[in-house]
Amino acid sequence: MAYTGLSPKESYTALIQRKRLYSGVMLAIFILLLVSGFMLANDRNAGGFWSGLPQIFDFPAGVIGDAVPKLDQLPGHLLTFLPALVETINIAAVSTLVGGLLAVVLSLLSTRGLARWPRLIPVFRRVMDIMRAIPEIVIALVLIFVLSGGPVPAMLAITFHTAGALGKLFSEVNENADLKPVEGLSSVGATWSQRMWLGVIPQVVPNYFSYALLRFEINIRASAILGFVGAGGIGYELKNAMSWGLGKYDEAAAIFILLFGTIVFFDQLSGYVRNALTHKGGH
Amino acid sequence: MATAELYMSADRLFTRKKLFGFAFPAVIAAYLIYVFLAFDFVGLVERARWDNAQTLTRDTWSYKTHITRDNRTGDVTAAIEGERKGSYPEGTLPDWASQNDATTVISLGSGHEVTFLPDNRLRYVVPEFGTIEAGIEGRQVVTNLTDDIPDWISLSNTRLAITTDEGRVSLTRSRTEVFNYFPGWELFFFTLDSPYHGHSFGEILFGEQLTPEHSNISGAVHDFWNNTMWRHGDVVWALFETILMAFLGTFGAAIISLPLGFLAARNFTPFRTVRFGIRRVFDFLRGVDALIWTILLSRAFGPGPMTGALAILLTDTGSFGKMFSEALENVDEKQIEGIASTGAKPIQHYRFGVIPQITPVLLSQVFYYLEANTRSATIIGAITGGGIGLLLTQAMITQKDWEEVTYYITLIILMVMMMDSLSGWLRRKLITGSDAEKPRRPKSQSADSEEKGKLEPLFLP
Repeated sequence: MAYTGLSPKESYTALIQRKRLYSGVMLAIFILLLVSGFMLANDRNAGGFWSGLPQIFDFPAGVIGDAVPKLDQLPGHLLTFLPALVETINIAAVSTLVGGLLAVVLSLLSTRGLARWPRLIPVFRRVMDIMRAIPEIVIALVLIFVLSGGPVPAMLAITFHTAGALGKLFSEVNENADLKPVEGLSSVGATWSQRMWLGVIPQVVPNYFSYALLRFEINIRASAILGFVGAGGIGYELKNAMSWGLGKYDEAAAIFILLFGTIVFFDQLSGYVRNALTHKGGH
Repeated sequence: MATAELYMSADRLFTRKKLFGFAFPAVIAAYLIYVFLAFDFVGLVERARWDNAQTLTRDTWSYKTHITRDNRTGDVTAAIEGERKGSYPEGTLPDWASQNDATTVISLGSGHEVTFLPDNRLRYVVPEFGTIEAGIEGRQVVTNLTDDIPDWISLSNTRLAITTDEGRVSLTRSRTEVFNYFPGWELFFFTLDSPYHGHSFGEILFGEQLTPEHSNISGAVHDFWNNTMWRHGDVVWALFETILMAFLGTFGAAIISLPLGFLAARNFTPFRTVRFGIRRVFDFLRGVDALIWTILLSRAFGPGPMTGALAILLTDTGSFGKMFSEALENVDEKQIEGIASTGAKPIQHYRFGVIPQITPVLLSQVFYYLEANTRSATIIGAITGGGIGLLLTQAMITQKDWEEVTYYITLIILMVMMMDSLSGWLRRKLITGSDAEKPRRPKSQSADSEEKGKLEPLFLP
C-alpha cells in the first residue's frame, strides 16, 4: 500500500474543506448573480425600486378610497360583472376539457409499450414539447387578429397549451400503468382503442383527474390574463374599468374582489379534492 | 337466497355503471353545446376576417417591395415594405424596374408588366387576360374595363385595386402603387444603407475590405446588430430581460419562502396562530395572481423587468411557501433525532437534519417553475412592458409586420425550450449529483403519506 503522507483523518478533513469551499463559491456566485440581476432589472425599469416603494400602496389605497364611499353600489357591480366571470371560468373549463382529451390521445401515442405506432413516439413527444413551449398569449394575439376579440381565441390558445402540458404529465402516469390488462385484452383480439379504453384508462383516470384539476386552476388565471389583452371575460372588463382612471375605480374594485375570490375558491377546492383523491387512491 | 341477492346487487351495480357511462359523456356534450352557444361560434365564423389570415400567412414567408408614384408631383420611389428605413436611395429603383423620363416600367414576373405612363396613367399587362389601362380624369378613376369585372379587380370611382398572383396594383387620385412580392424575410442581415447589403458571407469574411474604417467582420457585426429593420440587438436584450425576470422571480421567491415555509409547517412551528397566519399569507399571494400584482406594481415602479420580476416573485412565494411547508411536514424525524443525539445545536438540526432531506424536492420544484415562469414572463412582459412580450405585442399592433411576429414567436419557442432543457439538466445534475438520488419519500410513514410525498409532479405549474 502506497504511503500518501496523510492520515485518513487528514485526507477526510481536506476533502470536506474542499467540498465546503466549492459549495461556498457556488453560493457566492449565485447570490452575486441574483443581486446584480436585481440591480440590472432596476436600471432597465422605467421607475426605480426605491423611489417607487413609498408609492406602492397608493394604487390599492386609491381603489379602496373609490370603493368605500360607493359601498352600496358594490353588490350591483358584482352582479354586473358576474357574466364576464362566468365567461372566464367557461374558457378555462372548456380548454381544460378539450385540451385534456387531446392530451390523453397524445400521451397514449407517446408512451413506450402503449403507443399505436412505436416509431412515431419521438414525433408525438416533440409535438407536445412545442405545444407546451408556446405561451398562450402568442396564439391568442394571432387568433384575435383573425377571429376578432372574444372568448374563442383565448379558449383555443389555452387548449393548445393545455394539450401539450397535460400530455407530458399523462404520459408519465401511463408509464406506471400495469401492462397486464393490455396484454390480456390483446390476447382476445381487442383493437388498439379498445385496449387503451378498457385496459389503461381505468387505471390512470384518478391521476389524470388530479392533474386536470390542477390545470383548470392554472387555466383560470391564464384566461383572466388573456382577457386583459383583448380576449373577453373578466380580464377585458378589468382593463376597461382600469381605464376610467382614479375616482372611478369602484368597478375595478368589484372585479378585483370577484377575481380574487374565484382564484382562491378554485385553489382551495382543487387542493382539497386532490388531497382526498390521493388519500383514497392510495391503494 | 344469497345467490339471488348477489345477482341483484350485481345488477344494481351494472345499472349504475351503465347509467354513469351514458350520463357522463352526455353531461360533457351538453356543456360543450352550451359553451358553443354562449361563445357564439356561429357569429364568430361570420365575423372572422379570413383576409387577415391570408395577409398574415403571406407575410410570414414573404415580403413586398412598394413602388409608389406620387400622382401630384410625379416622383417615383421604391421602398421595401413601404417603410422609410427600407427605402431605396432617391432616384434608384430595384433592378426589376426602370425609369425613363416620365415612364416607369415594372416587371412583376411571369409576363406581368406594369407601366406608369405620363399624365398619371397606368398600364398593366396581365397574361391570358389582356391589358388593363387606367388613369385619373378630373377626380375620377377611369379604366378600359367593361362591366364584366373579375373578382380580383375592385373598382370604384375613386380607387382601382388589382390583385394577381404576382403582385398588387392600386391607383387613387393621390398615388399609384405597385407591390411586388418576394419569398423570404427582407433585409434580415443588413439594411439597404449598409455597405454589406447584397454581399454573400464568403465575400464579407474573405473578400476585400468594403469600407475603409472597419474590418469587414467588425463592420458587418455592427451593422447586423444595429439593423434598424429587425433590431437584432434590442431583440437579444429583450430575450435576456425575459429570462432575467423569470430567474429573479423564481429564485427570489424560493429564498423568501424557505424560512416562511418553516413557519407554516406543523412540525416546526408549534404556534397555531403563526402557522395559520402565514398560510393565509401564502393563499393571499397566490390568490391575487400575477395579473393583479403586475397591474399594482407597475403603478408604483413603472413598466419594466423589475416590475415583472416582482410580480412573479410575489405569486410564486405563495406557491413555493405552500409546497415547501408541505414538504417540510413530510420530513423524516429520525434523521433530526439522530443529529440531536450527537448534541447538536438547534440550528445544526436544521442544517444537517432537515435541509439535506428537502433540498432535492425543493430544487426540483424550483426548476420546474423556472421554465414555466419563462412563459409567464413573456406574458407579463406584454402587459407590463418589458422583454420579448412587449416587442411581440408592439409588432402585432402594427398589423403588418407579421414577419417580425413570426421571428419573435420562433425565438420565444426556442427560448422556452432552451430553458426547459436547461432546467431539466440542472435538476438532474444537482439532484442526482448530490447524496440523494431521488426526491426523498418519508420511509417511516404509511402508504398514504407516501402518495403525499410524491408532490413533485402534483404541483407542476
